[in-house]
Amino acid sequence: MKEGRPRSFYVLAIFFAVYVLFLYGPMIAIYVLSFQGPQGGLTFPMNGVSTFWISKLFQGTGIVDLGAAFRRSLLLGIVVMITTVVLSVAAGMAFRRKFKAQSILFYSAIASLIVPSIITSLGISLEFRIIDDLIKAHWNENFETSMGLLTSGLGAHLTWTLPFGLLIMFAIFNRFDPRLEEAARDLGATPWQAFRHVVLPIILPSVIGIGLFGFTLSWDELARSSQAIGAVNTLPLDLQGLTTTVTNPDIYALGTVISAVSFTVITLALGTIHVLNKRQAAKGSDAGKGLV
Amino acid sequence: MDTSEDILQQTSPDIVRGSQTARRSKAARLSPSVISWLQAGPMMLVFLAFFLIPLVFVVIVSFWDYNEYQLLPAFSGRGYTDTFEGCIAQLPDLCTIAKTYVKTLKFCVLVWAITLFIGFWVAYFLAFHIKSKTWQMGLSLLCTIPFWTSNVIRMIAWIPLLGRNGLVNSGLIKVGLINQPVEWLLFSEFSVVLALVHLFTFFMVVPIFNSMVRIDKSLIEAAYDAGATGFQTLVNVIIPLAKPGIVIGSIFVITIVMGDFITIGVMGGQQIAAAGKIIETRVNALQFPAAAANAVILLVITFMIITMMSRIVDIKKEL
Repeated sequence: MKEGRPRSFYVLAIFFAVYVLFLYGPMIAIYVLSFQGPQGGLTFPMNGVSTFWISKLFQGTGIVDLGAAFRRSLLLGIVVMITTVVLSVAAGMAFRRKFKAQSILFYSAIASLIVPSIITSLGISLEFRIIDDLIKAHWNENFETSMGLLTSGLGAHLTWTLPFGLLIMFAIFNRFDPRLEEAARDLGATPWQAFRHVVLPIILPSVIGIGLFGFTLSWDELARSSQAIGAVNTLPLDLQGLTTTVTNPDIYALGTVISAVSFTVITLALGTIHVLNKRQAAKGSDAGKGLV
Repeated sequence: MDTSEDILQQTSPDIVRGSQTARRSKAARLSPSVISWLQAGPMMLVFLAFFLIPLVFVVIVSFWDYNEYQLLPAFSGRGYTDTFEGCIAQLPDLCTIAKTYVKTLKFCVLVWAITLFIGFWVAYFLAFHIKSKTWQMGLSLLCTIPFWTSNVIRMIAWIPLLGRNGLVNSGLIKVGLINQPVEWLLFSEFSVVLALVHLFTFFMVVPIFNSMVRIDKSLIEAAYDAGATGFQTLVNVIIPLAKPGIVIGSIFVITIVMGDFITIGVMGGQQIAAAGKIIETRVNALQFPAAAANAVILLVITFMIITMMSRIVDIKKEL
């Protein structure tokens, strides 16, 4: 490094810095604007500083029933996170051996990722409408609907989070040393013991990463929820509804609160991953380093 | 699988025999293929119930009939004929659906070109100019964190900057470049492209970066030693080797923009038509077969684009 960096380094460093500013600048602008005084408007300059708009949101006197939507989104996010982690780890383990439906599952996941969300969402809503019609016609005339947060809504979110989970599992096992597991088995561990005490501790930091993707992608999901969530709204749907009628910083305050949850989850997850990595390094184990 | 066992076999055959019988009794209960099914089955079921079957329903319903308020499960091509209404009669003028697709493809090309340019150089900087692993991790994370936050918020975030009285307009007026606030900054095609680039460059950066970090640095040194200029190395060594990442990133960005209706809706002030937006409008009008027909058309066009692009690279090999 002492010989100095090439000029292209400085040009690209500036380019990168501008890109990062482009990524974060606008977001920071609305976080700042949501702390305006009661007379605040939608643009700079700020009109006083207060927590008026944020507290208005929590008093429920604002534009939406924040509490209910907040709880719904949180519940769905947590269920999606747990389901994504469990199903991705299980399927990731299956992909370490050859099995029959391997390429069907792989291409389903990739297709689910790249088929436009509106099509998946429409399909799920049609599916549930048809199920409802069948139930009404054959079993129960007074049946309302099987669509809901934890039926069609959960399914719609999983079609978005599971492909990410599976791809992360591929990345993990690409650099996982299978000899560690074999050693455990040769020492008499059952497959479950080998998983629980050898594989899981090594992959745990990345598994938390899958959970992070699962929660944050669900928490902010919009396109797939739009047709498939049923009668209730999640927080992002409420927020989107507000964009057409926005006149005061209410919407920024809501954005700030939603982001605060995202950033809390991101910080917690990254912090945990950091601590786990530190601990793995400190305990002197060279686990998982075999192929790196 | 067998290396450690082979060694054991040579040194102490009894132990191996013991562990094999133990394993065989386990195997009698659950064969490896059953285990694989149990592990992968739940995810497969989710995709079956919430992705594959719904797609089949989209295709089926696209051939159903409908009236003002309900679905009629009888074969009809009305979803399609309504969609293509006037396409032949109005020739040589383009009909609504053709115009919409032309506009959507225009967004695709613009956003693709810009995200590719930005994504390539950001990935290049991270992969080749940042030498320390810790810094590489940290800076990649810096690019990833916005992806974990809400898209709608990242769209709304442009309002205080681009609005009529926003920072950009007031700045330009103060400098004296313009007298009147510029109107086309927000709720326009410009703001749609800006927001799409802002939201989805990430999908370009990640795969290109992944391809680039796998490039053997000695290849680049070899190119320099052989007398190649920086530009020649870039064109003849780095770009060909980063091609898989470029193609995967391009597929992501293009399919996202093709199906987008939220960004185009919010940033276009709900005034700009697009392929995904038609589907939403039809659903809101409860014309499900027409919505499904539009979904099938969108699916076919998206699929054609992906097939064309994946000719260039084998996706499965790259992951």
